[in-house]
Amino acid sequence: MRDSFVARHPSVLIFLALLALFTLGVTVLAEGFGIGLISTSFVKTLGKTMCLCLIAVAMDLIWGYCGILSLGHFAFFGLGGYMIGMWLMYERTRLIVEGSLAQGALPPTEQEIVAAIGTQIFGVVGSSEFPLVWAFADSLALQLALVVLVPGLLALVFGWLAFRSRVTGVYLSILTQAMTLALALYLFQNDSGLRGNNGLSGLQNLPGVEAPQSVVSLWFFWASALALALGYLLAAWIVSGKFGSVIRGIRDNEARVRFLGYSVEIYKLAVFTLTACIAGIAGALYYPQAGIVNPAEIAPIASIYLAVWVAIGGRGRLYGAVIGAAFVSLVSSWFTGGQIPDLALGPLTIRWVDWWTIVLGLSFVLVTLFAPSGIGGLFDLWQGRRHPDRHGADLGPNAGALREKEATE
Amino acid sequence: MTRLMIALTALFLLCTQAMAQDATVQSVLQAHRETIEKGSRKSIGAAIDAIAASGLPQAQDVLQVWAAKEMWQRGGDGLFFRGVEKTGRQVELFDFDSGQSVGMLDRDDLEQIKPNSGVRALIGTALVQFQLSDPDPIRRAEALDAIQRSPAAELLAPLRASIPAEPDPALKDRKMRVERLLTMAYDPDDQARITAIEDMSGDLGVDMRATLNPLLVTRIVLAEGLPATANIRREVKPGDPALGLAAAYDMLIAAGLAQPIPDAEARKALLIEHAADGLVAGIPLHQLDTQAARDAAYVQLAQAGLVPRWSTAEAPEVVVTRHRFVEVYNEPSAAVTEAAEQALDEIEMRVGLNQAFDLGLDALSLASIYFLAAIGLAITFGVMGVINMAHGEFIMMGAYTGYMVQQVIADHTLSILVAIPLAFAVTFAAGVAMERLVIRHLYNRPLETLLATFGISIAMQQLAKNIFGTQARPLTAPGWLDGAWVLNDVVSISYIRIAIFVLALIFLGLFLFIMRRTRLGLETRAVTQNPRMAASMGINPDRINMLTFGLGSGIAGIAGVAIGLFAKVTSELGSDYIVQSFMTVVVGGVGNIWGTLAGAAMIGTLQKGIEWLNPSNTLAAQTYMIIFIIIFIQFRPRGIIALRGRAAGD
Amino acid sequence: MSTLLEVSGVSVSFDGFKAINNLSFRIGQAEMRAVIGPNGAGKTTFMDIVTGKTRPDEGRVLWGERSQSLLGMSEAQIARAGIGRKFQKPTVFEDQSVHENLLMALKGRRGPWAVLFYRPAAADLARVDELAAEIGLADHLARKAGELSHGQKQWLEIGMLLAQEPRLLLVDEPAAGMTPAEREHTTAILVEAAKTRAVVVVEHDMEFVRRLSCKVTVLHEGAVLAEGSLDHVTADQRVIDVYLGR
Ligand SMILES: Nc1ncnc2c1ncn2[C@@H]1O[C@H](COP(=O)(O)OP(=O)(O)O)[C@@H](O)[C@H]1O
Ligand SMILES: [Mg+2]
Repeated sequence: MRDSFVARHPSVLIFLALLALFTLGVTVLAEGFGIGLISTSFVKTLGKTMCLCLIAVAMDLIWGYCGILSLGHFAFFGLGGYMIGMWLMYERTRLIVEGSLAQGALPPTEQEIVAAIGTQIFGVVGSSEFPLVWAFADSLALQLALVVLVPGLLALVFGWLAFRSRVTGVYLSILTQAMTLALALYLFQNDSGLRGNNGLSGLQNLPGVEAPQSVVSLWFFWASALALALGYLLAAWIVSGKFGSVIRGIRDNEARVRFLGYSVEIYKLAVFTLTACIAGIAGALYYPQAGIVNPAEIAPIASIYLAVWVAIGGRGRLYGAVIGAAFVSLVSSWFTGGQIPDLALGPLTIRWVDWWTIVLGLSFVLVTLFAPSGIGGLFDLWQGRRHPDRHGADLGPNAGALREKEATE
Repeated sequence: MTRLMIALTALFLLCTQAMAQDATVQSVLQAHRETIEKGSRKSIGAAIDAIAASGLPQAQDVLQVWAAKEMWQRGGDGLFFRGVEKTGRQVELFDFDSGQSVGMLDRDDLEQIKPNSGVRALIGTALVQFQLSDPDPIRRAEALDAIQRSPAAELLAPLRASIPAEPDPALKDRKMRVERLLTMAYDPDDQARITAIEDMSGDLGVDMRATLNPLLVTRIVLAEGLPATANIRREVKPGDPALGLAAAYDMLIAAGLAQPIPDAEARKALLIEHAADGLVAGIPLHQLDTQAARDAAYVQLAQAGLVPRWSTAEAPEVVVTRHRFVEVYNEPSAAVTEAAEQALDEIEMRVGLNQAFDLGLDALSLASIYFLAAIGLAITFGVMGVINMAHGEFIMMGAYTGYMVQQVIADHTLSILVAIPLAFAVTFAAGVAMERLVIRHLYNRPLETLLATFGISIAMQQLAKNIFGTQARPLTAPGWLDGAWVLNDVVSISYIRIAIFVLALIFLGLFLFIMRRTRLGLETRAVTQNPRMAASMGINPDRINMLTFGLGSGIAGIAGVAIGLFAKVTSELGSDYIVQSFMTVVVGGVGNIWGTLAGAAMIGTLQKGIEWLNPSNTLAAQTYMIIFIIIFIQFRPRGIIALRGRAAGD
Repeated sequence: MSTLLEVSGVSVSFDGFKAINNLSFRIGQAEMRAVIGPNGAGKTTFMDIVTGKTRPDEGRVLWGERSQSLLGMSEAQIARAGIGRKFQKPTVFEDQSVHENLLMALKGRRGPWAVLFYRPAAADLARVDELAAEIGLADHLARKAGELSHGQKQWLEIGMLLAQEPRLLLVDEPAAGMTPAEREHTTAILVEAAKTRAVVVVEHDMEFVRRLSCKVTVLHEGAVLAEGSLDHVTADQRVIDVYLGR
C-alpha cells in the first residue's frame, strides 16, 4: 500500500514514455528539423491536438472524477487564448508601428506609438482607444499571469454562485452552458474591447522572432507536449490520493461526503477553478498555433464537443480523455479536410465534409448507449478487468455517478 | 380611369355654369402673359393667384396643364393652349375655355411653356385648394396627404376655406386636424398658434410631434451680438454635452474673438519644417521623443518669431470661459415655444406610458413564443426528468414540415391548417422513435441523456443542412395574418403575434386538460411520482413514457410551425431557441406547467426590458439576461414555482 | 451528567404536512438511546434536522458544552463538530476500496489543501486496520465496497462512523437485513461505542432494542409520546395503541 506514486500508477509512466517518444519522433521527422516528412501545418495540427488533450484531461478531472458535467470549459480555453493573444497582437503591432514611425522626421513619442497601435488594432471595430482590459497587454509576464488568473477568477465566481446554491446535475450543466453563451455573446459585441467577431489574429507570429514558422511550430509543439505531460502528471497525482478519493466520493454520492465532514462545495470549487486554469493554459498554447481566436470558438457547442471527446475516450480515466480528444479531433480534421473520397450510394453521394457531423453525432449516441467506458474500455478487455454485475444499478445516487459499465471490479 | 371620367363630367358641369360670366381663362392668361413667359419663381405668384382666384371652372385644368408642361403658346398671337404632341413634330392644340380642338400646328410655330420646379411647386400649392374641394373624396384625401407631406404657410388659407363645405364627416375631421397643425406652425397670429397647440396638447399622433419639433429647434450661439429679441432657451457652458470645448473655441475663432492654435500634430509639422542639420531651435532632433521636449522646442521657435505663438496658458479651455454661449430657438416667439415645450412634455409623458404598454405587449408575445418553445421541453424535462438537447431540432423539424407542406399546397391558410397536425405527427413519431431507441436506455442518467440527445441534435441539424441547404426557407403566413392591430401611433401588435399568443393559450389549456382530465394524464402523473408503484398497479410505464415523450416532441413540432411563420427557417432555427427554452424551464421550476408559464413571462419581460434600456445592443441584452438568470438561480435554486418533496431527489 | 445535544420545540412541515411537531429531546455525553416509533413517525426527519439536512421551521438545536446552535451550520460543519450519521440505506462509496472508504472517514483535517497533501501516517494505517478488524472486514480491505454484501456494507458504514470519532452517533436502522449473528455483532459494536460517546439508535426490532438495554424514546406523529426504560414504555397504554398494539 505504500509504494511510490509511479509504481502504484504504471499507466502514468507508460503515458509519459509514449508522449516523449511521440514528441521525439515528430521532431525528427518535422520540416523544421530537416527531414521534412511531416509538414509544418501538420506539426501545428499535432501541437493543437495536444492542447486539446490537455483540456480533455481537465474535463475528465471535473466530469469523470468530480461528476460535474461542465459545458463551459471551452470558455476558459478561449479566455486563455485571448489573454496571450492580447500580448502577441500588441507586441507585434508595436514592432511594426515603431518600424514605420521611425521613418518620420522626429522620433515618435510614447503617446504616438500607443495611439498608432490602437488605430491598427481597433480600426476594424471603428475605434482607436485602448479599452481597460488591455491595460497589461504590453507586459508578457502579466499577460501570462492573466492566462491563469482570468479563467480561474471567472470559474471561482461562477462556481461559488452555482455550488453555493447547490445547483447540481443537468441544472448545473445548463447553467455552465448559459455562462459560456453569455461570454460568447459578450465578446461578439464590437465594444467588448476585444475586437468583436474579428477576434485576435496574426497570433502565429512571435514578435521579434526571426525563425521561420517551421521552427516556431516545433517550439509550440514541444511546449504543448510539456504542458500535456505536466498537466497529466498533476491530474494523476491529484486523483491518486485522498483528494481523489473525496472527489470521486462527491461524484458518486455527495451527500455522504458532506456527512463525513468535507465541505463538498469547496472541493467542487477547487476542482472547477483548477481545471479552468488548466483549460486557460491549454488555450494559451493552442491559439498561437491556430493563429486566430474569436468568439465563435467559445460557443457552447465547443464545450459539448469536449464532453463528447472525453466520453468517447472513456471518462474517469485520464488516458481515456487524452485518447478520446486526440482520436476524435484528428479523425474529425481528416474527414472535414476533404481528403476522403466521396462515397457513391446509387443516387446519393456521400460527401464526407457534409456527412461527418452526422456520423460523429450518431457514433456518440452509440458509445453512450453501448460502450459507456469508451475507447478506454478496450484496455480493460485487454487486461482482463471486468465490470461488476450490479443488475444495472449505478455506483451512487448522483447524476454524475459511475455507471455499472464504467466501473471495474 | 373612372376617376378621369368623374373629373371630366365635373368639368363639363362647371363649363355650363361658367357661361354666365364673360371673363375667360384666356383673358386672365393674357393679362399675365409676360410673367408666364418669363417663368421666374419670384414674380410668377401673381399670375398663379390670378388664375386660381378667377373663379373660373377651367382654372384648375389650366394649372394642371401648366404644371404638366402641356401648355403651349401660339407664335402668331401669343394665345395659350393645351397641346398634345403628335407624330411628325405636329402638336394638336385645344382651347382652354371651350375644350375644343383648334387644329394642328408645327412645333416650330409654337413655344412650349416649361415651368421650372420652383414654379411647379407654387402651382401645386395653388392646385391644392381645388383638390381640397374636389368632388372626389379620394382626391380630397390625397390633397390632405400632400399637405401633410410638405406643409407650407400658403396652404393654411385654402384649407380653412374648404372646411365648412366639406360633406364627408371623416374628411372634415381630418381637415380640421391638419388645420390645427398648420395653424401651430404658420399662423401669423401667435395667440392663434398657442391656442392650437393647447387644443392638441397630449395628442399621440406622429404628425403632432412632427409639427411641434421644428418649433423647438435650437442652435447654440455666442451671446455677444445677439439681438435683444432673441428667444433664448438657456445659457450653455462649454463642456456641456451640447457644446464641446473644441466647438466653442471654433465659434470664438469664427467670431474673430480667438486665434486658431496649432494642435500637437500641427506643431510637430512646424518643428519638422524648421529643422535643419538634425537640429531644431538648437535641439537635436533625436531628443524630441517626448511631448514635453517637443513643446519646449516649439516655444523656443515661437519666441524667435518663426512660428505662431502657443503656450499651455492660452489653452482653449481657459479662453472659452471668458465668453457666454446661449441656446436660442429658431422660432422667435417665446410664448409659442413655451406652449410647445409644455405640449411636448405632456405628449412625451403619454408616449412613455403608451410605450410601456407597447413594451408589455411585446414582452407578452415574446413570452408566448418562449412558452411555446419550452412547453414541450417542460413536459419531457419536467415530467420525465429527461433532458432533450434535440428539442430545438424538433422545433426545426416542425418548421421544415410547414415549408414542405407549402410546396405542395399553395393556399397559405389551408397549408398552415394541414401543416400543424402534420408537424405534430412527424415530430411525435420522431420523438417516440428517439425514446424507444435511446432515451429508454438512459433513464436515471440525465447527464448521459443530455450528451446522447446532443449527438442526435447535431446529426439532425447537419442532416437538415444537407437536405435543405444553408439558405433560409420561407414559411409564409396566410394573408389575413399580415398587418398589425394598431391602437395608436405608439401601440401596435402584429396579428401573427396575437395568433401565437392565442396558440400558447390553447396549448396551456390542452396541457391542463390532458394532465388533469384524461386517463393518460393521470397515469403520467402516477409514473412521474413513483414508477414502480404505478407499474404494480397495472400502468405500463414504458408506454406512458413513450407517449409523454411523443407529446412533448409533437408540441415542439407545432411550435416550430408557429415560429417559422416569423423567423427564418434554417437548420439553426432550433438552436436559436434551445437555450432560452432551457432557461424558461429552469427559471420557472421543473415539473410544473405554471412554472413554465411564469418562467416564460419572466424571461420575455426581462429580455424586452433590457433591450428597451439598451436598444442598440441586443447581444449585450442577452448577456445581461443570462447573468441575471444565473444570479436568480442563487435565490431560487428550484425555480419560481418549486416543488418540495422527496420525489425531487431525496 | 451534562447535556450533549438539546433539541427543543422543533417543528417542520412539508407542503403543509407536519412531519415534526414541537419535538423536544436531549441526550447526555456518554449515553445510549433508542428511538422507536411507527413508520412515518418522523425518526429519520429528526436525524435530518440534527445533521443539518433539513432546516426546521421553528425551534432550537443546541450542541456541546457551549450550547452552540446547529441551525446555522452546514452539514459538513455539523459533521466536523462531532456528529456522525449512518443512513437507513447503507451508503458507502461503492467504487472505492474498503481501505479508501475508511481512510476518507478517518478523523483528520478536512480542508482541500490539507487533504491534497495528505499522506497516511503509520498511525492512520494502523487505525484503519484496527477498525477493519473491529467490523470484520480485515480480509476485504482491498476490495471495492460495491462488491460487499448488504450486511458488510452496513458494518463498513458503522466502521466509517467510528473512524470519524464523533461525540454523537446517529444510527438509522442498523440491523435491517442482517442475520441474527450479524445483529449481535452490531449490538456489541454499538454498546462498546456508547461507553465513550452518545449514541442514538433508531430501530424497529424490539429484540434488538432490548439487547441495547438503554433508555427508549417513542416518537409518534412527530412528537415524543413516551420516554423511559423499554419495559416502562411498552407498558404505556398510548404506546400500545399507536404502535405495539397494531
Ligand atoms: N423531504 C420530504 N418531503 C415531503 N415529505 C417528507 C419529506 N421528508 C419526510 N417526509 C414525510 O415526513 C414523515 C416522516 O418521515 P420519516 O422521518 O422518514 O419517518 P420514519 O419515522 O419512518 O423515519 C413521512 O410522512 C414522510 O413522508
Ligand atoms: Mg426512517
